[in-house]
Parts: sequence; structure tokens; C-alpha cells
Amino acid sequence: MCIVINIITIMQNYSVFSLVRNALTGHRNWPQVWRSPPLKDRYDVVVIGAGGHGLATAYYLAKEFGITNVAVLERGWLGGGNIARNTVTIRSNYMRDESIPFYVKSVAMYEGLTDELNFNMMHSKRTMVDVVQTWPKLRELRRRQLVMDIYGSTYDQITTEELRRRIPALTGGGPDARLPVICGMVHTDAGVNRHDAVAWGYARAADARGVEIHQQTEVQSLLRGADGSIEGVETNRGTVRAKKVVVAVSGHTTTLTETAGLKLPLRTMNLTAFVSEPVKPLVDVIVNCPDSGFYFSQSDKGEMVIGGAPDMGQSFRRDIKQHVFEDTVTAMLSLFPSFKKLKLMRQWGGHLDIAHDASPIMDHTEVPGLFVTAGWWGGYKAIPAGGLTLAHLVAKGEPHPLMAPFTLGRFRHLDFVMEAGTTTAR
Amino acid sequence: MMLITCPFCGKRNESEFIHGGPVGAVRPDPNAVSDEEWVEYLTVTPNPLGPVQEKWWHARGCGEWFTIWRDTRTHDIVEAPDGTK
Repeated sequence: MCIVINIITIMQNYSVFSLVRNALTGHRNWPQVWRSPPLKDRYDVVVIGAGGHGLATAYYLAKEFGITNVAVLERGWLGGGNIARNTVTIRSNYMRDESIPFYVKSVAMYEGLTDELNFNMMHSKRTMVDVVQTWPKLRELRRRQLVMDIYGSTYDQITTEELRRRIPALTGGGPDARLPVICGMVHTDAGVNRHDAVAWGYARAADARGVEIHQQTEVQSLLRGADGSIEGVETNRGTVRAKKVVVAVSGHTTTLTETAGLKLPLRTMNLTAFVSEPVKPLVDVIVNCPDSGFYFSQSDKGEMVIGGAPDMGQSFRRDIKQHVFEDTVTAMLSLFPSFKKLKLMRQWGGHLDIAHDASPIMDHTEVPGLFVTAGWWGGYKAIPAGGLTLAHLVAKGEPHPLMAPFTLGRFRHLDFVMEAGTTTAR
Repeated sequence: MMLITCPFCGKRNESEFIHGGPVGAVRPDPNAVSDEEWVEYLTVTPNPLGPVQEKWWHARGCGEWFTIWRDTRTHDIVEAPDGTK
């Protein structure tokens, strides 16, 4: 305990005063943000994957439940996995009674995360606007609106005129278009923030509470003891033993759990994203066009961050497919013709695993001591609540009420949580 | 863009095809298996890091359904692991 307190006092508190103090010394004396301790051979909990969910789980294990003998093992580098490959959209416009309270909680936690972690998340609560172009989509979103009303999330319909006033760049989709714009739906709770800051902020705060983060440490297989329960993991740096192991490795979940003989109902898919050159402020909301199949927001740097539909078939490639890219651009230009002048700078894919009901899985598995958080399709928005609720499960052995529906048991009983709010998985 | 070989039309652009999912287990007799085995048949699909056998439909072409082996790491269409078609 006294070690923990020591570390907390060592951690530099970021404030305007620390900025001034360090500016006076030429920014040469900033302390290291997190430690790089030697890898021990035994921990209370091993978290595989230093992405958003892994780091958040480790942080809340230490903060809420006092479990600090935790190692987070990361194959690559911190903030280099799918947390760097998403489009930073934070929203809670979901469909199911099970989902909405969970995402409402997560959005609220995100809004307080800068203070909680003493790290600037650059959170920008800027509203998401859905551009509706077909009547079935409007019916579905109106239904979502009614369910969301019950849980205190915001979703309101606006006219086409109001929609075009709020997004002046939306000049396509007129009455003669193949898919004319019918109306818009406004979700004022939505926002964006900075993905690096989420990874670094959670890493720094977890580290300050005694959690160890080990980069360049690839878990190759899970180890089971003679009684079948989890015993630890085999890594490229040797064996690490723990009674509790959390798998938070979006995309590669089944690859890893199969080493323990565990089959999970997940498929790995690739989602496309790309970024334009920076331009002056043009669009101040997140624009989602579910009927055309793309969504985008303008980053603080001025780049348009654009996402498209998933590739057909399973994929671990984390790359962009030319025809998915072309289809996304074509759809975007049909509504935003002026974007034709934009040059695109970067493109990438992110791989995620999805269960066929498009809801996440946060549960202990049939291997005692092995926990899994997976099936996240747009899991970025779920990082704070996902980490908190999974830490609750790991520490107490029973699910947090908010995560209770997202079990593996729902597959055993064929009692699915069919989620239509998982935008691009439609 | 993948070039997929349709048994009738030869190599065609991927955009002419619709993906039909991975080839799963053969449907067991529901009365002959346990509940666990039946649920596993219904919910678990192969998700290999490497070659996967999958169904494709030449929907914007001749309409043929067929299977190919594709490497999920590279999108290369590969030989079946055991050499069979």
C-alpha cells in the first residue's frame, strides 16, 4: 500500500502550473509518464491487450477494487492497436433495453474522463446527425428514438431544411436523387475525443496505481492447469502466471482462446477508414449516413475522418479494399459533392470480432479464471463503462448490472441481444 | 479488389459477388446431438487466422453458388489445405 502512495505522489499532476514550470526549464524535466518495470513471473491478474478496454479494465481494477498486482501485456506498442484505428465516435443511440443504459453510462463517463484521469481527452460533445434517405430507416430510427426516450438518451427528428441549415456542405440528395434526403435525426449526446489520449491517460493513471504495462510482450498461448482452470499465459518473454486472465484483444480473440481449447461465437471482420487533407472548419457535427453507408466528422486538425462499410467476409488484414473504398467515396460524393476536391491522406482498416447479434460479450468463460471482452463493433465508445463493468466482474466474480445481458450464456440459451444500433453492421 | 474465379464465368471482379459466409459444420440431426452440440452448430463459425473455406454467390453474374478457400490475412485465394477442391 505504501508503495502505491509513493507512486501516486511521484506522478506529475498536469495543470497550467506544471506547464509553466516545465516551460521555464525548456520542457527538459517532464517525468516519464509510465514506468517500464521488469516482467515478473506472477501477477494476480493478467490483462492481454493494452488497448482501450484492457487499460480501462486494469485502471478500474486498481481504482475501484484495489487490485494493483496487475500486468497489461501488449504485443505491439501502447495505443497502436484498434484504439488507433477507429473513428473516435462516442454515442449512445442504440436500440435495445440492454444496450442503451450501458452506452449512456459510457458516454457520461467519457465526459468526465479528462478530470478523472488528469489528462486532456480533447472531448468535443458536438452532436451526431443521421441523414435519413429511406422510409424503412426512418421507421427504425423513430422506433429507436422512442426506446431511447425511456433511458434518457436524446434523439430528435429534424426537417430536411433544418438538416441542410446545420450541415451546409450537404448539397446532394435533392428531390431528383436516387435516394433523396427525407429528414435528419439528431443525437446531441454524441461527441468525439482524442484516441491517443484515452490510451495514454488510462495507461498513466493505471501505472500510477501500481499496474504494470508491458509493451512488446506478445501472448502466444493461454495456459491451463491440471484442473482445467487458467494458470497463466505463454509470452515471447517467458511464462507469466496468474489465476485470472482477461482477454481484451479485439479481432484476435478466437485465435487466442482456441489455444485454451475454447470456441467462441465470433467472426473477425475488417472496417475501412480514411482521412482527408486538413481544411478549414466546414462541418461541426458527426455526420452519419446509414442509407448511403458512410459516416464522417471533422477533426480538430481539420481533416475529414471518414468511415465506410465492412469488407465482405472475414479478414485479419487491417487494410483497405479498393472497391470498398471506392463505394464509400462514391456514396459520400453523392451527398457532399464539394468533397470531390479533397485529397485523401491516409487509409487504414481495423479488425474487430462480431457475434451475429452484433452485441458485445463480456463474461467469464467455461475456463475458470478466464475472462473475455470481445464482440465490440464500435467498442471505442464503450471503453470507460466496459472497463468498469469488466473490472467489477473480475474482482467480485459476479457481473455488474449494466453488463449482465452481455454474457456468453445468451448463446447457450439462444437468447440473443439483437442490436441494430451497431451502425455499419446493419 | 479480389479476382474470384467463378466455375462458369472465369475470373471476375469481387464486386459481382456476394459473400455467403464461411462453410460451417455439417448440420447434425437435432435429435441425435446434445443441446450443447446443437447450439455450437448454430452459433460457432470457423474464424481461422489463415485459410478459410467460404461460400460465394455470383449474384451479379451467372447466379452460381460455389466455395473457395481464402487466406484471411492476405485475401489471397489459395488451394484447399488438403489439395481437394
